[in-house]
Amino acid sequence: MKFVDEYRDPELAHRLLGELARVATRPWSIMEVCGGQTHTLLRHGIDQLVKPLVKLVHGPGCPVCVTPLELIDKALAIAQRPEVIFTSFGDMLRVPGSGDDLLRVRARGGDVRIVYSPLDAVTIAAENPARQVVFFAVGFETTAPATALAVAEAARRRLTNFSMLVSHVLVPPAIEAILASPTNRIQGFLAAGHVCTVVGFEDYFRLAERYRVPIVVTGFEPVDLLEGILMVVRQLETGRCDVENQYARSVKREGNTRAQAIVHEVYEVCDRPWRGIGILPRSGLRLRSAYHAYDAERRFAVESIRPIEPAECRSGEVLQGLIAPDECPEFGRRCTPDRPLGAPMVSSEGACAAYYRYGRAQAAKPVGLVPT
Amino acid sequence: MNSQGDWNTCPLPLGINGETLLLAHGEGARATRRLIRELLVQPLSNEFLAPLDDAAVLPDPGRPIVLSTDSYVVSPLFFPGGDIGRLAVHGTINDLAVCGAEPLYLSMAIIAEEGLAIDTLRRVVESVRDAARDCGVWIVTGDTKVVPRGAADGVFLNTTGLGRLRPGVRLGAERVQPGDRILVSGTIGDHGLAILAARERFDLGEALVSDTAPLHRLVARLLDSGADVKFLRDPTRGGVSAACHELSEATGHAIRLDESSTPVSEAVRGACELLGLDPFYVANEGKLLAVVAEPDVDRALEALRSEAIGRNAAAIGQVIADPGPLVLVRGQLGFDRILDEPTGAPLPRIC
Repeated sequence: MKFVDEYRDPELAHRLLGELARVATRPWSIMEVCGGQTHTLLRHGIDQLVKPLVKLVHGPGCPVCVTPLELIDKALAIAQRPEVIFTSFGDMLRVPGSGDDLLRVRARGGDVRIVYSPLDAVTIAAENPARQVVFFAVGFETTAPATALAVAEAARRRLTNFSMLVSHVLVPPAIEAILASPTNRIQGFLAAGHVCTVVGFEDYFRLAERYRVPIVVTGFEPVDLLEGILMVVRQLETGRCDVENQYARSVKREGNTRAQAIVHEVYEVCDRPWRGIGILPRSGLRLRSAYHAYDAERRFAVESIRPIEPAECRSGEVLQGLIAPDECPEFGRRCTPDRPLGAPMVSSEGACAAYYRYGRAQAAKPVGLVPT
Repeated sequence: MNSQGDWNTCPLPLGINGETLLLAHGEGARATRRLIRELLVQPLSNEFLAPLDDAAVLPDPGRPIVLSTDSYVVSPLFFPGGDIGRLAVHGTINDLAVCGAEPLYLSMAIIAEEGLAIDTLRRVVESVRDAARDCGVWIVTGDTKVVPRGAADGVFLNTTGLGRLRPGVRLGAERVQPGDRILVSGTIGDHGLAILAARERFDLGEALVSDTAPLHRLVARLLDSGADVKFLRDPTRGGVSAACHELSEATGHAIRLDESSTPVSEAVRGACELLGLDPFYVANEGKLLAVVAEPDVDRALEALRSEAIGRNAAAIGQVIADPGPLVLVRGQLGFDRILDEPTGAPLPRIC
């Protein structure tokens, strides 16, 4: 497949690995921020191939994982209502709320539908004027333009039966929270190429300078990731802390200004709780007052739902890179993709699910196969 | 077997066109008889079905009988590459075929939802008729129920297939040994993605087409080739991954699949990349997974490739002794990863 196969070329990958072995003089800890990158790294075994020169630490960049429990519970409350068609990206359906998930709500008669594009939800609203259509707008800067466009489109078509439950989050504040933590042990970052495709990488220069840390904007294929890792290690070995762009075929420094404009038109920056981490200042997006009519939290009066996170799930530490998924005592035991305790075990981008699926902890008996 | 000329290939009579299915159609009254006569018996007519008794009397097939049953609840009823009728014929025939049987007869039970357009039911039955004819099997008995609106999703079908065991067949997981090779008869993941795209109305182009097809002729070709075939499966729900897990657990051996050797169409690869799915987990409805003794791989592949539906057949993996029951995939970079057992239907990811 064009634009994919050339970035999975084994020969090129092994050349980059050889170069890494030549350049690295000591072990380095590097965080890949995005869950999509975690997935590629584990799927192709890159985390093992770069050991012991590089220890890859998985970051908080799985949109499913960081969506707060409170929002999931609100989604469940809304989706149960008979007048509602609740639309969502696929992998939100299995995420456990306080005692339920959207799949179970659907099994009990809730009209829950998977859409691939938020605009499909607007179409469903136009086709079902007697129903309330709600879209679960989650994700980072990558999905925000599409959800913003959906609201703008609903407004343009004067649809009164469309609304969104918004839980957008922003990457740079999460990176800063990790860097500012006294327990931080991350020495370099692979920034998420898709996020930067939208917002560019201007924000990272301040972070790189302030925290003296190299940041390389990196793509999602094996060769991209190996090259990104090599670029970070080269900086670390020479004592530099710059922002570099490995993913130049997609990312411009200023990003996609049209996408940014629609996001700015519809959303404003707000404080936002991250599941397992807590409230991070100015780390999320919410609908501007001009679009409050499309805010599902207001429309369905679910603002008062405030659940408590289950104590046994240590996803907060996993998301901050403080422990690896298999260091959680419940990993592969009480917590599996079939019966997840927390969101990182659900999404294909979740670090726990990636560890489980790709059988990490490849000791004598892979933890992923421990019967539950 | 009866000649195919016995089939009634005329279009269905128009007497009940344009109507909607009512509960009365399933309550044994006059409406039921009319429905059965016009919609089922006429199109499906054959010497075993004609008497309309409660059961069909069939001739002794002379060899051990193989029986299999399956229910079909696919949504949407019609999808690119097929429909529930063809699926109900092919699926049960394939279950017989992978057990080494020649399929002979099918029963068909229909559970239809009140309010369904009779035209839709007619199209489904026509499709069953055409598929059965193409496969050379007879629908010999059946049943129709109509359930209240909401109690079914359009139409559910159940087919039970009866076949006779082919002479000299020795298939079973107990024969599988380390060193044996895993073959697949063509590209994987086509059916599951075609259904997902049709059901969720994902506009992913027209190249995503179900592979629903009968496998019995392909199996016959393979078994007749003289290759030492040890185990056969049709990797439906859960895809190649589920079939390999089943085999791995039954044998106690590990299976290593080779990602680069596994045929996947460009359309399926593209859609999987987009949706965050792995083709190894996606359902097939016209693919054969075969375990063959290592020295016979070329002969088996040649046999598979001699049939049109097997032209993309490939050797995709091997049974290995260590490390116990486990399915591994050697990725494009040459590193093994564990292919976990599928957990529920694959869900498309966010970004």
